[in-house]
Amino acid sequence: MYTVTKVLRLDGVDRSFGDRQVLKNVSFDVAAGRMTGFVGGNGAGKTTTMRIILGVLAADAGQVTWQGVPLSREVRRRFGYMPEERGLYPKMSVREQVIYLGQLHGLTAEAARRATDSLLERVGLAERGGDLLETLSLGNQQRAQIAAALVHEPDVLVLDEPFSGLDPLAVDTIVAVLRERAAAGAPVLFSSHQLDVVERLCDDLVIIADGTIRAAGSREQLRATYTSPRFELVVESDAGWLRDQPGVTLVDLDGAHAVFDLVPGADEQPVLHAALARGPVRAFRPVSPSLAEIFREVAQ
Amino acid sequence: MNTMQATRLVAAREIRVKLRDRTFLISTVFFLLIAAAATILPPLLSGGPSTVAVTEAAAGPLRAAGLEVRTVPDDAAAEQAVRDGDADAAVVSGPAVLAMNEAPDDVVSALSSAPAVRLLNPDAVDPVVAFLVPFAFAFIFFVTSQTFGVQIAQSIIEEKQTRIVEILVAAVPVRALLAGKMLAGTILALGQIALVALVAVAGMAFGDSSGLLSLLGPAIGWFVPFFLLGFVLIASMWAAAGALVNRLEDIGGVSMPVQLAVMLPFFAVIFLNDNVTAMRVLSYLPFSAPTAMPLRLFTGDAAGWEPLVALVLLLVAAVGFLVAGARVYEGSLLRTNGRTSIRTAWRERETLG
Repeated sequence: MYTVTKVLRLDGVDRSFGDRQVLKNVSFDVAAGRMTGFVGGNGAGKTTTMRIILGVLAADAGQVTWQGVPLSREVRRRFGYMPEERGLYPKMSVREQVIYLGQLHGLTAEAARRATDSLLERVGLAERGGDLLETLSLGNQQRAQIAAALVHEPDVLVLDEPFSGLDPLAVDTIVAVLRERAAAGAPVLFSSHQLDVVERLCDDLVIIADGTIRAAGSREQLRATYTSPRFELVVESDAGWLRDQPGVTLVDLDGAHAVFDLVPGADEQPVLHAALARGPVRAFRPVSPSLAEIFREVAQ
Repeated sequence: MNTMQATRLVAAREIRVKLRDRTFLISTVFFLLIAAAATILPPLLSGGPSTVAVTEAAAGPLRAAGLEVRTVPDDAAAEQAVRDGDADAAVVSGPAVLAMNEAPDDVVSALSSAPAVRLLNPDAVDPVVAFLVPFAFAFIFFVTSQTFGVQIAQSIIEEKQTRIVEILVAAVPVRALLAGKMLAGTILALGQIALVALVAVAGMAFGDSSGLLSLLGPAIGWFVPFFLLGFVLIASMWAAAGALVNRLEDIGGVSMPVQLAVMLPFFAVIFLNDNVTAMRVLSYLPFSAPTAMPLRLFTGDAAGWEPLVALVLLLVAAVGFLVAGARVYEGSLLRTNGRTSIRTAWRERETLG
């Protein structure tokens, strides 16, 4: 496992609402300096897990530790949290409430002011700081929300669907800010429905379904574990003969263009030779399976 | 940062936001205008001594009584002066007093010889004042606890509705959130009353009713601690009511018991204020004590130890309601789907300590 000691660790966390158990023995690590994507369908338990990390909800069993120490309110005050359902004070100015939240997280008034001003600059809201939150567009409110989660330079960041409702430009801004925090040594855990965004962003991945962790680890590791090697082949004429090639499973065939999986451990070179024996080969290359495919495979 | 500091931060925000709220500012100005009008206008309107039209021969005793005298050549001219509105009254030969539709008491008494009067209870309160003062106390408590109680509930609902409560709860103890709101509400309520009282006192001095002021002093002194504890009692209920719902629109359903707890004692004190037994009972019941006990002190019905006992009873009730309100608040604060029943809130406290 990880050699770093700065790890946010969930260990055997259970949680039920009434007689419905929504989290079953949830355990995973979020390592410092890495962006960890938290992926799962609706109702899989992402939000519940995050709420338990932040102490907004109690776990029925199990515990959450940061650097080996069970979480207390003092420790959590140094966390940054962006809840799934957004909310700030609609009738308060952006700057004022970010300062207020900074103070609640333990900053002095002066430090909170300084952090707020530089952060609003960073997320592109410097000009709107004096405006009431409710007068901002949804995208800008989202930027304000990010600022609110980051104002106290948190040790750990937990963000529930931070990119939903953002335009691509805003996504880039937010991603840059989050990467900065990760580079500064904070573990960043974020959930998302947008698998393409997670794919682009995360170093590590945790997949949850029906309240159980189905897979956790680095992106490459999961790829290697959960998908078979995939290749794309473009030849001169029809590639239908691939169907009869040993070890090959056709994924997609469109005339001269084919995508196929190999049985794990099989060598791709014999397939290339077979293709060359039939005529010119225009392209032959490995294809990285998308996160969506890993997810589909794992969450079944 | 400890709970204390967090409470202070929360309270400071609540006050800052409120002081910028236009509705709040307008209502405060409105109260101040009422206080000023109620104390300054009556002496001005009562208009000082009557003007009397009289022949020079009969003017002596009227002048001596401090009335404003208009001398006229004869009785006919005197009568005409009253008819024209140039004088409030006229004294014609007889002597007879003429006036349009109301006997001018000051003119009559200037012309009559009154028997000597010895007051046996010179401190007793004018019955009109004795009715108005408790009404004013009850009204102030009623309006203020209602207004600021609702505001505490609204502020709680706003945080639930916008879900900012999740961020807040992750950062500071739930108790600090509630304590900060209660503190802010109390400071604002007391501040508003103090301002109204200041204007009323200034108005009384201006309108020359300082005699009333010295009478009111002790009652006001007692009203403050009763008001404070009474406010905590009511505000705890509002806080619990606010925490049970998720949308401002739903507050009506849960606030009924709270409204009744404020309204019933208010009307009881107003309607039973001359029933000694009823008032004695009301002055000990926590919900009516904040208005009933200062009233009994004002009219001199209560012995010196009585307000202390009532205050202790009120304190116990206020602390009890505060603890219960805090528990309901903690139990329902994070339940954001639909309305939470009190029983569920009581049993289930979601947050970690």
